[in-house]
Amino acid sequence: MLAANNLRSPLGRARGLGSAKEGLHHWWAQRLTALALVPLAVWFVAGIVHLATGGEPYEAFMAWIANPCNATLMILFLGVAFHHAQLGMQVVYEDYISCQSWRTAAIVLTKFAAYGFAALGIVSTLICCFGG
Amino acid sequence: MVNAAKPTSRPLSPHLQVYRLPLAAVLSITHRITGMGLSLGLLLLTWWLTSAAYGPDTYDMALGYIASPLGMLVLLGFSVALFFHLCNGIRHLFWDAGRNFEISQTKRGNIYVIIGTIVLTAAAWLLALA
Repeated sequence: MLAANNLRSPLGRARGLGSAKEGLHHWWAQRLTALALVPLAVWFVAGIVHLATGGEPYEAFMAWIANPCNATLMILFLGVAFHHAQLGMQVVYEDYISCQSWRTAAIVLTKFAAYGFAALGIVSTLICCFGG
Repeated sequence: MVNAAKPTSRPLSPHLQVYRLPLAAVLSITHRITGMGLSLGLLLLTWWLTSAAYGPDTYDMALGYIASPLGMLVLLGFSVALFFHLCNGIRHLFWDAGRNFEISQTKRGNIYVIIGTIVLTAAAWLLALA
């Protein structure tokens, strides 16, 4: 009765056989981005508060974003936040859109839009830093 | 099989029309709603950054919209959503780590999340408008 493939561990045989088949990576990515967003969100709010209180709007913003730390954190914030947002939107669609094709279309469109806007935000940040 | 032919008309669960949601459930759905709202907020952030990249004129125009009464109201909404999602999200991370599952801890957590949201929102706006 002991076939060769029984050398696989019980965990190895069970992996992927649950009702969901997949999803661990999605779950883990959502938690990691959430954790990263805690300090990033605090920095972001502090930045907005700083800009709301300081001088000529455009000059104040350009001086703030030209700071290498602020520029780096803004780019990280955009990348991580858009990634977190599209992961979260995907879960909402999977829970509430019952039609398979509409659900897939909504997920794909949201992912494309999220990464498109993330790229636009990052490029805009770089242009502000290095001059247009 | 007693009464097998008799149709049953029991309420299906979860029957939201007659079921009074516990506070934890209200906060749970609010987490989702604020999450979706904040996704739109990211578009506002991108628009703001892009307006700066285009130059002072477009930046001043964008700030004109943001500084208008309607813009400030939208900003207030986004700030409440952000702080709520932040506070409740931290609670979710504790749950994911397998902690604070007791009902008493959840009830205390509800209060912490609500107070945290109010305090952080008030602090941010007081500092910004000072």
